[in-house]
Amino acid sequence: MSILEIKNITKSFGSLVANDNISLSLDAGEILALLGENGAGKTTLMNILFGHYTADKGSISIDGELLPPGSTEAAIKAGVGMVHQHFTLADNLSVLDNIILGTENLFAWRQDLSGARAKLEKMAEEFGLAVKPDILVGELSVGERQRVEILKVLYRDARVLILDEPTAVLTPQETEGLFATLKKLTDKGLGVIFISHKLNEILAISNRVAVLRRGAITGIVKTVDADRAMLAEMMVGHKVTRPRLEAAAAGAVVLQLSGVSVSGNTPTPLLNNIDLEVCAHEIVGVAGVAGNGQSALASLLSGLTRPASGTVELHGEALGEVTPNLMVSLGVGRIPEDRHASGVVGEMAVWENLISETLKSSEISHGRFWIKKPDALKRTEQLIEQYDVRCEGPLQQTKLLSGGNMQKLILARALSSDPSFILANQPVRGLDEGAIAYVQTQLLAARQRGAGILLISEDLDELMSLCDKLVVMYHGELSAPFVPKQKTVQEIGLMMAGHRPETGQEAAYAN
Amino acid sequence: MQIEPRANVSVLRAGLAPIIAVLAALVLCSVLIVWAGAPVLESYFLLFKGALGSRFALTETITRSIPLMFTGLAAAIAFRAKFYNIGAEGQLYCGALAATYFGTGLVVLPALLMVPFLMIVGALAGGLILIIPVLLKTHMKVDEVVTTLLLNFIILLLVSFLIEGPWKDPMAMGWPQAASIIDEGVLPLLMSKGRLHAGLLFALAAAFLVWVMMRFTVWGYEIKAVGLNAKAAEFAGIRINSTIIRTAMISGGLAGLAGVSEVAGLKGYLTLDISPGFGYTGIAVAMLAQLHPLAVIPAALFLSAVYVGADAMSRAVAIPTYIADVLVGVSVLCVLISVMLTKFKIRWR
Amino acid sequence: MDLIEIFLTTGFWAATIRIVSPLIFATLGELICERAGVLNLGIEGIMTIGAMAGWMWVYQGGDLWTGVMFAALVGGTFGLVHSIFTVYLGLSQHVTGIGVTMFASSLSYFIYRMMLPDATTPPKIIPFQTYPIPGLSELPIVGEAVFTQTPMTYLALLCVPIVWYMLYRTPVGLAVRMAGENPVAVEAQGIDVLAIRTGAVVVGSGLMAVGGAFITMSAFDAFFFGMINGRGWIAIALVVFASWRPGKALLGAVLFAGLEAFQVRAQQVAGASILPYQFYLMLPYLLSIVAMVIMARRARYPKALLVPYRRGERV
Repeated sequence: MSILEIKNITKSFGSLVANDNISLSLDAGEILALLGENGAGKTTLMNILFGHYTADKGSISIDGELLPPGSTEAAIKAGVGMVHQHFTLADNLSVLDNIILGTENLFAWRQDLSGARAKLEKMAEEFGLAVKPDILVGELSVGERQRVEILKVLYRDARVLILDEPTAVLTPQETEGLFATLKKLTDKGLGVIFISHKLNEILAISNRVAVLRRGAITGIVKTVDADRAMLAEMMVGHKVTRPRLEAAAAGAVVLQLSGVSVSGNTPTPLLNNIDLEVCAHEIVGVAGVAGNGQSALASLLSGLTRPASGTVELHGEALGEVTPNLMVSLGVGRIPEDRHASGVVGEMAVWENLISETLKSSEISHGRFWIKKPDALKRTEQLIEQYDVRCEGPLQQTKLLSGGNMQKLILARALSSDPSFILANQPVRGLDEGAIAYVQTQLLAARQRGAGILLISEDLDELMSLCDKLVVMYHGELSAPFVPKQKTVQEIGLMMAGHRPETGQEAAYAN
Repeated sequence: MQIEPRANVSVLRAGLAPIIAVLAALVLCSVLIVWAGAPVLESYFLLFKGALGSRFALTETITRSIPLMFTGLAAAIAFRAKFYNIGAEGQLYCGALAATYFGTGLVVLPALLMVPFLMIVGALAGGLILIIPVLLKTHMKVDEVVTTLLLNFIILLLVSFLIEGPWKDPMAMGWPQAASIIDEGVLPLLMSKGRLHAGLLFALAAAFLVWVMMRFTVWGYEIKAVGLNAKAAEFAGIRINSTIIRTAMISGGLAGLAGVSEVAGLKGYLTLDISPGFGYTGIAVAMLAQLHPLAVIPAALFLSAVYVGADAMSRAVAIPTYIADVLVGVSVLCVLISVMLTKFKIRWR
Repeated sequence: MDLIEIFLTTGFWAATIRIVSPLIFATLGELICERAGVLNLGIEGIMTIGAMAGWMWVYQGGDLWTGVMFAALVGGTFGLVHSIFTVYLGLSQHVTGIGVTMFASSLSYFIYRMMLPDATTPPKIIPFQTYPIPGLSELPIVGEAVFTQTPMTYLALLCVPIVWYMLYRTPVGLAVRMAGENPVAVEAQGIDVLAIRTGAVVVGSGLMAVGGAFITMSAFDAFFFGMINGRGWIAIALVVFASWRPGKALLGAVLFAGLEAFQVRAQQVAGASILPYQFYLMLPYLLSIVAMVIMARRARYPKALLVPYRRGERV
């Protein structure tokens, strides 16, 4: 029998219909996958279920009882638990503090810490989710944090567990561990909603798949009756074709890092003695679990941080004091990890964001001071056309652009000067299928023109299909480069977890 | 309650926001007038008559708006870069100190050079005193709000020491005040009657120049970008620290000009009360102007009118003059809400 | 008498404890607000209106303790205004705080003038009297320094462990701390972040107002213009100095008050022969800046401080 019934949920934001008359049900002991592209409305639906939003229409009931809308508290009490894509934990507080928050009467005079600890330990044992209750969350690895999130839900006796893109941050082996945990949970009668856009994972773990496209359900099928191509077409609406890598001979070395270290506030360096080579006509992919030094590598190559030791060479010339301006002037195209946070200034106009990297060039300003607005507008119009940025014009506020168009704007800024080296940090994160294809096509075209590209991504499938060479990043160190086809996903997954292929041993630096 | 961003902010709505805020503040403050037992409409009428009703009142209002234009610009430009300079009061006194130091005989130039010279040293003094808070912010991550506020107290005590001690004018019959600015340094009067002085021209020019800088130059672009999204600005190659330091220098300089204009234009000599909180009121001016340099002019005129008018009103009906300060405080809060409502809508459910 | 000998007098220590009391209230109040993620720059105005309200209550014939409560209530009301702006509407905490300070201070002066239009010299009330704690007050030095104070000082000292216990040992304290670290985590556990933050700001503002009331009802017996004189800003500096911890806040406040008490005595001992009085008066402000500089780099400030939380906004 079904424990969760979602009926006719509709929610719109302005003119955008995020959820259009959605109905779903979830049985006890079942894993229901919710499949959809970025922006299809999965997160909105879950936010409605969890009381963060209220729906314009429709109802949700649990065990036949109607859930009052807009109340997270009520959803939790009714037994709904959610593990968000971005963890909702406080780094500076202990695991136990994070778990017991909200479980006690808020105005009690004291906390029952020992009782809570006992309950947590019992649960951890029952589900095989070991954690240290008194350690600060900030000291945990990503996989351990996810375990805390799941325990947080179980601690409150949830009967419906929602996981939003839970595997995005995990190694393939950690993903298998998560799947084993989910099986244990469903055996005990929990219902699980598994939100993802990764087809093979959905096929591996779920009992049924509900597919969302543009806010509406396009179909609910039993997983046994489904296959990749069919699900992909239901999700996107047409046959999915992603651009493919065409063979090309690598050219001269464009970027060379030798023995580069970068130190941060942490006791261990963010980048530890890394060597890396990117040639013309070549895409080198950096795989790894988030937080292993990718950001430091990206900041270094964006010109934001300087190496503590080692040399960075572009076209054989060693760089001294790196700055973003220097990198841009040396022909480095940079695509930042987070469009909204560091890619654009949302409140500024499209034209202003397009000139931000070249403010002091003679094309943009007189005497590095007086902005040539007419010229900038002309140039912007041209680039809007060339990169197919859908917007009202150069004067529109940038934050009103969709994610895909914002990314095209950044591509236009980074690629229009025909850079010889491109740093692409998570260039397709959060984009829909059309925009993904566009961005990847542009990167491949740049490679064809002779650029060397460093592609940082957490999506192993993306890296495998786009890169000439791969390196794996772990704890600030890089593996030796290898050709993607020469290793299995499992082998790469082990490397992402700190195993070194040469010895088969856990690396000495891992802990 | 749900707050949702509006897709488009209409120009009309944005322009009306401060006016609606001011009206709301007037309505809220009428509660105090009622409490004081005075008729509301008549009191406000008296207020505006006192501010604008005669040639004398009008020139007083304009004269008093001059320092507010400078401090309003100081706050507006700093807040644009999200550098919360709350120390305009202290910077104003630094400008006044510099004008007094150089303008009381140390340097003698022809009037045509002397006035600009005093303006420059005053602006430099106002800017330089901000060096401490701004470097503490950029290099030590010390919040600038508290340091600039605390510096206000320190600078006022310094002024008090100077005009009671080494700089005390022996001719002032015991009053704590510094010597007078030499004739060449005094800002000329603009009209034969009243106190309106050439400081106004400097203030208007400053507003225009700041507007040009914000709108047409790389500096203005950098200030806006750093204020709106420092991370993206940094990624694009804008140097955050230099931008903030430069903005602070301009902001402090503008506040310093207010001090020069008060000493060399209005009073003629430095006392401890040349500013009844112009530095703080400047924040209200900047908020009412929505940080727009040209809008600072009407905003300063309006708040000046409130102060000048409140004096007249309190003489006529028994309402303490502090009503003007209350009105300014309430206006700051009201303008925050009304500007927000131009960008967001609130949905109740 | 040498300057060093000042530290040996009980009078110095008693003065230190007296001076520290309003700072403790104000610093703890600000600390609670900031722990929940809200910077409260309204503190200076809230202390002013607390000082006025408590004093006025007693002047109008009210009882001292109900006067303290009235001050707290008024302070809490202004805290509510601050939180409606910063918590519910997500407006700039900086600008709102300055606005609240401008509003609260000017309203205090307005009301004072309104109620006492003709007073040329500030009228006086009978303030809290010293109440030597039986037994303890007979101890050497500490007896006179700590246990021969007014009840409000005892209340201030008691507030330190109470605030510590509330923050670190109760469910609501955990929610407050979490709201300052990661409000999304609080919402995800079914607790209303906005309510938690509002509650913290209201309670914190009440404490600040009591700090203000201490000045007119225990330290002095009258209300003057400008009598808070930057104590609120100093409290904000002390919160940074204390790394947002109640115990360290007490330590910082005592250090600070000690220097202030020393400064007053040093002026009398050394007099103007060394420094003009203005430089002595500058010391507290200079020290606050120094205190912030010392701690700012090491400070582990609440991660969500200054970050408004809007419900349902994408994380």
